[in-house]
Amino acid sequence: MTNISFNKFYRQFNVLSLILIAVSLVFLIFKGLNYGVDFKGGTLIELRTTDKTNNISLIRDSFNQMNLGDVSVKKFGNETDFIVKFEKQNSNDPEFIKNIQNKLSSSIGDVDFRRVENVGPKVSSELLKSGIIAISLSLAAMLLYIWIRFEWQFSLGAILAIFHDVIITLGIFSIFSLEINLSIVAAVLTIVGYSMNDTVVIFDRVRENLRKYSDIKIFDLTNISINETLSRTIITSVTTLLALLSIYFFGGEILKGFSLAMILGVIFGTYSSIYIANPILVALSVSQRTIVKEEKD
Amino acid sequence: MLYFSKLRIISVIIFTIIFSYFAFSNFIKFDDKFFSKNINLGLDLQGGSYLLLEIDNQPVITQKLQAKIIELKRYFKEKEISLKNFSLKENTILFEASDNEFENVKNILNDKESDINAYYQQYKSHEFDVSENGNFFNLTYSRYGLVLLKNSSLDQAIEIVRRRVDEVGTNEPNILKRGNDRILVELPGLDDPNRIKSLLGKTANLTFQFISQNNEESFGTEKLSFEDGSRDAIVGKRIILSGDNLIDAKPTMNTETNETVVSFSLDRVGAKKFGRATSTGVGKQLAIVLDGKIISAPTIREPIISGSGQISGGFTFQSATDLALLLRSGALPAPLNIIEERTVGPDLGQDSIDAGILSLIIGFLLVILFMIYKYRTFGLIANLALVSNLFLLIGILTLFEATLTLPGIAGIILTVGMAVDANVLIFERIKEETKNEKNPIIAFDAGYTKSRTTILDANITTLIAAFILFFMGSGPVKGFSVTLGVGILTTLFSVYFIARLLTSFYVVRNKEKEQLL
Repeated sequence: MTNISFNKFYRQFNVLSLILIAVSLVFLIFKGLNYGVDFKGGTLIELRTTDKTNNISLIRDSFNQMNLGDVSVKKFGNETDFIVKFEKQNSNDPEFIKNIQNKLSSSIGDVDFRRVENVGPKVSSELLKSGIIAISLSLAAMLLYIWIRFEWQFSLGAILAIFHDVIITLGIFSIFSLEINLSIVAAVLTIVGYSMNDTVVIFDRVRENLRKYSDIKIFDLTNISINETLSRTIITSVTTLLALLSIYFFGGEILKGFSLAMILGVIFGTYSSIYIANPILVALSVSQRTIVKEEKD
Repeated sequence: MLYFSKLRIISVIIFTIIFSYFAFSNFIKFDDKFFSKNINLGLDLQGGSYLLLEIDNQPVITQKLQAKIIELKRYFKEKEISLKNFSLKENTILFEASDNEFENVKNILNDKESDINAYYQQYKSHEFDVSENGNFFNLTYSRYGLVLLKNSSLDQAIEIVRRRVDEVGTNEPNILKRGNDRILVELPGLDDPNRIKSLLGKTANLTFQFISQNNEESFGTEKLSFEDGSRDAIVGKRIILSGDNLIDAKPTMNTETNETVVSFSLDRVGAKKFGRATSTGVGKQLAIVLDGKIISAPTIREPIISGSGQISGGFTFQSATDLALLLRSGALPAPLNIIEERTVGPDLGQDSIDAGILSLIIGFLLVILFMIYKYRTFGLIANLALVSNLFLLIGILTLFEATLTLPGIAGIILTVGMAVDANVLIFERIKEETKNEKNPIIAFDAGYTKSRTTILDANITTLIAAFILFFMGSGPVKGFSVTLGVGILTTLFSVYFIARLLTSFYVVRNKEKEQLL
């Protein structure tokens, strides 16, 4: 078993976390998130050109001539693959996409539309709403579960740790203007589950140790518990990260954002279980009496 | 915790073999129908189109309200109650009653038994909400009235959509209701959805109307433009014949003009109507109107009493085929808008499958190597559990013919990464127990027992996330929640039955050895 004094740095890391959260919130409030077509509405086209000399600016120019609103063009994996996004989506004209393809073929040569996503404003606002509801519901469900399983001090610690992870992950997406789409919502939900999982493992040990030792202060007790579970924490984080890195590097372009969000979530989830959840137990002066009293009730 | 009865050992083995068999049946073709099942590939993996259509019910509402006005007028006329100033504004029927009739009219409108409220007798609620403003009555659709209207137009529309999609002949289309004004159409394997999109985008309301002799728009006529946009014409509002009377339509070649035309045949009622109209209208121009645009307006040379005819309009063979298809399948009750479209080409789908499988193999190998490095023999046991976990997971998805999507594959890879967690928790706990307990069997037993609640807690939290995602998510994301959720269940099984069984074998055989773990 390791004997690292995690608890010596509670304060420093709490300050760091507060700064990260503050920065994330500032970006989330003032810069906002870069919503993809799922949540903003509009059209996304993944295209492959046959002509290798085509570049981003050439493709952007061709699209700009079609009056489609704001157009963004990005490389997507291969040299010949591009992702084009624009505001306009036309639900009344079934020929809309076909016309774009025809115009494009005449200006930059044969193009293959590998993927088309066309989301109307009504649908996108519904998707955004249901995404927010899903994340809120999962937070509420976690809160409920941990409230049933643990004392309220633990629930508070676990929930704050989750908020920490979700806010910072979204903050990073905001800072780097990474796209938020449906799969990112799935990633955030999984992060919530993972972060909770990690926290619960340490908390279970804290509670067990609280029963065992009546003379050790919570400040040291959390440290013992973290050390006792550290080997598991590291191994699980490593295997999960190995799986996620494999998706990130080999799983194709479509899963990049999803796996990146998960990687960030796992890193912050592991960190917050140690440096957010536990200091909160210390701050709330959890002691043997906390759990004994609850158990008597 | 380490004791297994023979029966349990056998059941675990049989269970594992059965599901592994289903997992393999995806890759090997078996003759047996029952055992040869396959995972369904989602549209993002096999390629195809996902279209969400929304009915624009406004025309139906207007039409129904107009009919209601006529009904009201007739009803009150029979009762010898005179009402005036009927009008229709923003989906509200307005009319005025005189002072002495006001109460009487109000009673009739609110009377559950009266014939004008036929809806009430059937559904036990009012079709319209009535409010008063001076001597004016305002009638608007009640919530239930509107729901019924929407449902009936959705039912009609979905039937027409199904016919049109079936006629195009794509493989295994999926057509479902969504809410009370949406239709979801999934077209697997369809490379180019443009044709279906343009077929679904047309209401296909076909009418035959005479072209008016007057050049000015007047009462009972309307100005319509030609399909090709070349010119306009004044057309009488009276509908001679509508598409409802068509029983068949197909593209044919007119041998005289060498032009592709659509020939149609009419039912008995239609044939009679058409015969009568063409007899009286010889020399007149008959406009063939589709969705408010004139396709062509031939001059009637002789009465057509055979009940069949041809529509010409400069068609190509393709456009004639499509028009015939639209006419055969019937008109939609209201226009449909495509409010969401997601199309993935088949080669991108294949690329996604390849990338998904590659990353699964690499992720799997990395985790397996790491576990062997960390735990040696017990790493092997954990890995055997992991392999059977993977087979079980794929086997269950296959058995229930679940839909596998790209995020679903990501869910499987993630399960591989997270599945070892339970075994790690157990092994770490055993290591701690061995420090105080010399008898390995007791130490292993304690390790399993003491880690149990933690493992359950940890997995239930992830399961909660998966559940919520399943109910809130859509399409590919739903696929992720399915693999994640089923993955947790198979993980628990593989850890508590397979890995524990192997551990108990190993520990009982090697109990004399020092430092088992």
